[in-house]
Amino acid sequence: MDKTNLSQVSTVEWRVEPSGAMRVPAIIYADERLIDQMDDKVFEQVTNVAKLPGIVKASYAMPDAHWGYGFPIGGVAAFDPDRGGVVSAGGVGFDISCGVRSVLTGLSRAEIEPFKRILADALFAKIPAGVGSTGRIRLGGSDMDAMLAGGARWAVEQGYGEAADLERVEEGGAMPAARPDQVSPRAKRRQRDEMGTLGSGNHYLEVQEVAEIYDTDAAAAFGLRAGEVVVSIHCGSRGLGHQIGTEFLRDMAAAAPDLGIALPDRELACAPIHSAIGERYLGAMRAGINCALANRQIIGHLTREVFAALFSKARLELLFDVSHNTCKVEEHEIDGGRRRVYIHRKGATRAFGPGHPDLPESLRPFGQPVLIGGSMGTASYVLAGTAASEARAFSSACHGAGRAMSRHRALKQWRGRQIVDQLADRGIVVKSHSSRGAAEEAPGAYKDVDAVVEASDRAGLARKVAKLSPLVCVKG
Amino acid sequence: MTSRSASRAADRTATRKNGWELFPHRADTGVRGFGSDKHTAFEQAATALTAVITDPQWVMPRLAVEITCEAPDLELLLVDWLNALVYEMATRRMLFSRFAVRIENRRLRGRAWGEPVDVARHEPAAEVKGATLTALEVARRTDGLWVAQCVVDV
Repeated sequence: MDKTNLSQVSTVEWRVEPSGAMRVPAIIYADERLIDQMDDKVFEQVTNVAKLPGIVKASYAMPDAHWGYGFPIGGVAAFDPDRGGVVSAGGVGFDISCGVRSVLTGLSRAEIEPFKRILADALFAKIPAGVGSTGRIRLGGSDMDAMLAGGARWAVEQGYGEAADLERVEEGGAMPAARPDQVSPRAKRRQRDEMGTLGSGNHYLEVQEVAEIYDTDAAAAFGLRAGEVVVSIHCGSRGLGHQIGTEFLRDMAAAAPDLGIALPDRELACAPIHSAIGERYLGAMRAGINCALANRQIIGHLTREVFAALFSKARLELLFDVSHNTCKVEEHEIDGGRRRVYIHRKGATRAFGPGHPDLPESLRPFGQPVLIGGSMGTASYVLAGTAASEARAFSSACHGAGRAMSRHRALKQWRGRQIVDQLADRGIVVKSHSSRGAAEEAPGAYKDVDAVVEASDRAGLARKVAKLSPLVCVKG
Repeated sequence: MTSRSASRAADRTATRKNGWELFPHRADTGVRGFGSDKHTAFEQAATALTAVITDPQWVMPRLAVEITCEAPDLELLLVDWLNALVYEMATRRMLFSRFAVRIENRRLRGRAWGEPVDVARHEPAAEVKGATLTALEVARRTDGLWVAQCVVDV
């Protein structure tokens, strides 16, 4: 990114003062190297978001930000409903509530190492992944609506997982105010056979080793012990979320002229929170969040079944489940007072600090676990929300490495087989239905996740707790 | 498909008058169709959509699916057309390789020919979540060629 229009606030904070139609400043959290590598489109998009009606404080970009559609991926923005604030389908993204769930196993790496390939094969066989795959559950009618209203709570009631899991899921497992009746029949049809499936692209299930601990107390509270194994699942709301995003992005763009919203670019399609289409979207999007929470709950349950069959000692406990693509109503300190605002996090993780009332009691003293997915073959991280994070970016942090290279370029540079073999040489078992998919997701196509996490930590967005290294990767 | 055959396919077709290509977007992929008229540009953009997932040459046009859509303008009509294909691919678990499009007064009547996904033969790389409004353009260029393009979320 060209730095001439940025003013450097600190080694990890850059600012664009409002100019032209910008209503608030834009703030990018990143070190200089990440800024240099960042797409100029991030500048364009983060400043475009600053022009939207009702935006509060600033338009933010996280250290892993890259070119999205409308909002940058890694974008955070809050809107005040009583000051003309808007909700944006592009500001949430197509994969509504895409997120990461990490599960503790209580097993050491040494215990699983001899069975790593068997474990990889069993997970690959059990958890449907890739294009065209279907789950074993077929949902329709009132069952579909119950899932869309109940999220992970619904899944537990259906026998997927344990009630104790729910306090370790955002919103206690069920997003309130979801409106299944605002989800179109086409979106529901698209989801009919997709419950409990990983999807494709950058979605995955990884078996990981706790490689390093940075914060002993928080790690102990989170149940993370060096040398032990955790499983992380990265996926979202599948076809239902994609269809909701598709329909509302298009309908908001078509409705913008009638709603009197002048968009700097059509891709920023949005609607006032207090409008019929805005309220319909919020109800449908919240149902989409529940779909993702239920989906990860089911995949977590299938993972438990695989481990139980192979390791009698395994006891899989949910560490936490975070969502990346959401719009949520939260109360934050703004201009000296508490205000309820609509926070869009597009490719950004909620990161509540210690003491936050929404956190379960066992985690409250340490802050919310913030689960950062790496790319196939690189590290993942567990961070914790900080007290400072609220003032930095409405309690938000990065969400992953973020792509550094397009799929197009990755395909020209690597072959899938070569990537799988190189990772095997490093002791990482990769299971994928598609060789081209593996090439597109090559670790080298992503930013340096270590640098992204370091910048998040130094900027006070979240603090490092532990580093996880991959052992097995089931690609979506 | 190997990575090289994917990029070769894109390079080869981009040089023809009627054709398609994928254009880079950092996280996702852009699809672009060219044609001597807008119908052809829409058909070619649909082929590019398939190319995001697999090599279109590997997909046999055995079954036909009818698609109709309507939008306030040509650009949203392209988004609707591509999203209708995404929906048909997702719910029928099919891939498409041949397309016929007629556009009259912002109404599109289309037909897509394809076959059910065969993971071993098609090796689908990624599903497309939806067509976006990013880099969205349907226009006749100065050389008379129609272009229909947008970024799709992968």
